[in-house]
Amino acid sequence: MNRKYELVYVVSPDASDDQVAELHTQVEAIVQRMGGTLEKTENWGRRKLAYEIGRHKEGTYVLEVVLGSGELMKEIDRRLKVFDLVIRHLTVRMDEELEVVESIRTRRSEASRRRRVARGLPPDRQPGEGQRGEPDDDRDDRYDMGLEEGR
Amino acid sequence: MNGRRSFGSSSSGGGGRGKTGHGAQAGKDGQQQRRPMFRRRKVCKFCADKIDDINYKDVKLLLPFVPERAKILPRRISGTCAKHQRKLRTAIMRARVLALIPYTAE
Repeated sequence: MNRKYELVYVVSPDASDDQVAELHTQVEAIVQRMGGTLEKTENWGRRKLAYEIGRHKEGTYVLEVVLGSGELMKEIDRRLKVFDLVIRHLTVRMDEELEVVESIRTRRSEASRRRRVARGLPPDRQPGEGQRGEPDDDRDDRYDMGLEEGR
Repeated sequence: MNGRRSFGSSSSGGGGRGKTGHGAQAGKDGQQQRRPMFRRRKVCKFCADKIDDINYKDVKLLLPFVPERAKILPRRISGTCAKHQRKLRTAIMRARVLALIPYTAE
């Protein structure tokens, strides 16, 4: 049973790049040992924290997308709690939400295709088609009218 | 707080007025056509822009919904639909754990 999890951890700003990389390899090792796979890693770099954690005002954010079991995430969680360098971490299970989002998207696009076919149009939008591009177009209308009056 | 104005003859609630008060636009309205009770129709931003996935990592998307005091903007002001407000709430709460968004203003 493979689930998709997102793990974000915040590393203390005192940590060097090497230490951050070291943490990443540790996580990777756990993932591999427990039979999961690491799908993606993203280093967001150093960011300002919205509030102080301990006495830190900024931190290095790392995102890992992990495919694996709940036990694996439990183990990672346990390990991350131990490291003093990691000041915050969060695991979120993604697969169920992603499925829901995907189904909403396909349902919407199919509905629009059906409507378009019913109106005798090709099922996909052609480039340069469509009247309302921006959500703020009431304001734009007023601006256009002003221009025409001036002329 | 939000630049609300009352135009004397306000009878039925000013619920939708919160968003109208954007300085420049209101001024322009006053000069050209007098519309004493202009209420902007409130639409759920996520329904309108077809954003299905409200993600805690997308700070730019979430920030407009946590104004100065960093409280979550209520539905009656923002016009978000119930379904998306629920997703927004979890996203904001997750972002707060990671210090991407403040819990309170200091």
